[in-house]
Amino acid sequence: MASNKNHAPKKNQEKTGLFEGLRKKCENFGKRFADGSLGTKLSHFIFGAGSFYHGQYVKGALFLLIQLGILAVMIFCPSINGTPYGWKALRNLPLNNVTEGGDFDPLTGQFTVGSDCKLMVLFGFVTIALIIIYFMVWNMNIQSSYQTDMDLKIGKKPNTFREDMRSLLDGKFHVLMLTPTCIAAAVFTILPTIFMIALAFTTYNSQDMNDLGTNLFHWNGLQNFRAVFTGEGSLGVEIKNRFMPVLGWTFLWAIFATLTCYFGGIILALLINKKGLKGKKVFRTIFIFTIAVPQFISLLAVRNLLGEYGPVNSLLQDWGITKEPIGFLGLHPSDSESLAKFMVILINMWVGIPYTMLMTSGILMNIPTDLYEAARVDGSSTMKMFFKITLPYVIFITTPYLISSFVGNINSFNTIFLLTGGGPTYTGYQAGGTDLLVTWLYKVTIDQGSYNTGAVIGIFTFLITATITLITYRRSKAYNEEDTFQ
Amino acid sequence: MSTAGKKRKFSSQSRNRRISLGATYTVLSLLSVIWLIPLIWIVLSAFRCEYQPDGTFIGRVTSSFFPKQFGLKNFEDLFTATYYGVPKAFPRWMLNTLFIAIIDCIISTFLVLSVAYCMSKLKFKLRKPFMNISMILGLFPGFMSMIAIYFLLKSVGLTGNPSHPEYSVVGLILAYSAGAGLGFQIAKGFFDVLPNALVESAKLDGCTNFKIFRRIILPLSKPIIIYQALMSFTGPWMDFIFAKVIIGADNAKYWTVSVGLYSMLFGTHPDTNLFTQFAAGCVIVAVPIVTLFMFLQQYYVEGVTAGAVKG
Repeated sequence: MASNKNHAPKKNQEKTGLFEGLRKKCENFGKRFADGSLGTKLSHFIFGAGSFYHGQYVKGALFLLIQLGILAVMIFCPSINGTPYGWKALRNLPLNNVTEGGDFDPLTGQFTVGSDCKLMVLFGFVTIALIIIYFMVWNMNIQSSYQTDMDLKIGKKPNTFREDMRSLLDGKFHVLMLTPTCIAAAVFTILPTIFMIALAFTTYNSQDMNDLGTNLFHWNGLQNFRAVFTGEGSLGVEIKNRFMPVLGWTFLWAIFATLTCYFGGIILALLINKKGLKGKKVFRTIFIFTIAVPQFISLLAVRNLLGEYGPVNSLLQDWGITKEPIGFLGLHPSDSESLAKFMVILINMWVGIPYTMLMTSGILMNIPTDLYEAARVDGSSTMKMFFKITLPYVIFITTPYLISSFVGNINSFNTIFLLTGGGPTYTGYQAGGTDLLVTWLYKVTIDQGSYNTGAVIGIFTFLITATITLITYRRSKAYNEEDTFQ
Repeated sequence: MSTAGKKRKFSSQSRNRRISLGATYTVLSLLSVIWLIPLIWIVLSAFRCEYQPDGTFIGRVTSSFFPKQFGLKNFEDLFTATYYGVPKAFPRWMLNTLFIAIIDCIISTFLVLSVAYCMSKLKFKLRKPFMNISMILGLFPGFMSMIAIYFLLKSVGLTGNPSHPEYSVVGLILAYSAGAGLGFQIAKGFFDVLPNALVESAKLDGCTNFKIFRRIILPLSKPIIIYQALMSFTGPWMDFIFAKVIIGADNAKYWTVSVGLYSMLFGTHPDTNLFTQFAAGCVIVAVPIVTLFMFLQQYYVEGVTAGAVKG
């Protein structure tokens, strides 16, 4: 009930638009300064002044500590590996204020003198984050003081520190619960992602830079993105020639991998759940067993089983089917690309079908039996019942899974990397015949150190998956009725 | 179905059923064999103990599916051999992985549960934005930020630290568990199904949110706690990419077991004669994980199914 009441005004607020919201916010700032007590006014300059004014010493000290800490970092610029934080980091961020050269020591693989541009970019972003945090805390400390002013006006006592702490266990429980994740995610997910996006706009290619013996690179705008279509730059030709084939294969792979595993899994689930079948549990356990084995074990087993000297090839030779070993997985450059593609899709069925089986079994058992009974009375065949009742029902329920498994297959690293390693390879090109965008991204960044190109590939992958997800997910019931479901 | 078949449909229904059941058994048995062959082969290879006429041990992939001789030599070698300059490397890698897995399991499960509970049962201003941001972040390929995490850890000495190579383990634990909270969707799906009335009636009784979580929600969440713990515990045993990048290719003493096993076949010094030892290592890694999975199967299935339906 209460939540319904809260919802109506919230929607209106959203409709008033961004400018209205900004104006209100500015008004609020002015109002706080004008109406607030001396403490609130002082809080605009010294963090925690308001809290001290109201006798909330611990809270005030915390605010003050944050202010002094951030200001100290900004002014004194502590540095790691010769790269500073603070105002110097901001000055460095355009990357045109770097010291030349740097002595590359081939023994340690380290640069002894000179600027390190990747750290400059990284620390620049950290500094910007610090500034944002500074103003957030600034706002919090004013709001806290102003709120206490208002409380005092209506005769409420200001919260003691102990009461504030206690509210973390109740009204502000979400703050306590989310803070660890927010900090961890900011440092280990958001910052790295922003950093890598930024690298897409630079000339950061560690192979070129190692050749030159330098740690320096600079911003180069959209050039790396243009290279995908024009072929300029150090990796440009490869990117241009291989991007479209890899993209096409990624889609083809995702479509086939998703559909084969999906329908294969449903059929397997139907077989196992067949009425009157004994030993259901045994069969289920066998297939779950294959899920439980780590993929790097099971896939490498398959790879060696199908390898040049492996049992499968020698069996085929013994039977006289082939004379030469067949390169099933494109491990040699001369192997067939289409066969390798076919094989990875086939082997992926081996990986994925038990998973779908597991998922659809539960759903199959929940299909209302009266549907089937009615169909049987009408004289429908088993086939007809499958296509008219079972399949529509299962598809309706598992649409979100279908989408997420499609996106998952676009990013399916293990299967390709462990089976074919992206092969068959072409001389001079890093992206082989079965490489997906992700495995290519891995090769380009980890093997080649072409961080800028890798970032470009990553951004394209993100754009593809994000488009698919947004279009389908936003239309889905699960998203739109998330609140009502709750 | 032909018309003749239709006429006899009712009289021979039980026979038809028996035939179709028999066919199902055949198909399922066949499929089971196909699914198990590679795994059986790895186990057989682990116990393979064949010698060439001149007395050298055959550790390569050989053409015969079944070993001609069985023995425990691969396991003995695995536990005593020096790999990448590290004496008795394999038991070390096992212990490293166990340590990393346990700590990652504790941190990740805690983060996931706390975020999922907030998203499901508490109302606050930034709930929807938080959910959207975590969804968007999840769409970036993980390998993209992997190298940035490496730079970040390196700049604070938590990896690639020449004087303290062991700090890399801390770095890897951070890299594994820090992002865990953003993968709250399955656990949230679980909490969503718990009736809101539980929370509301407890609130009327004057319970704080913390107490509700601690006393009411957690005791009901055993399945999802076990699912999350299982997932985050098994993760480090299976990952061979992240661990290698974060710990470093030249820091073999602190590798996890999957990095070590992978490197036997594809590392800087791959040795084709190590395949049977690799297989033995795989068996040792797989047995505890598979056992754990089989015991906790029910919870795994519950988690997976919840994830499928809610997306």
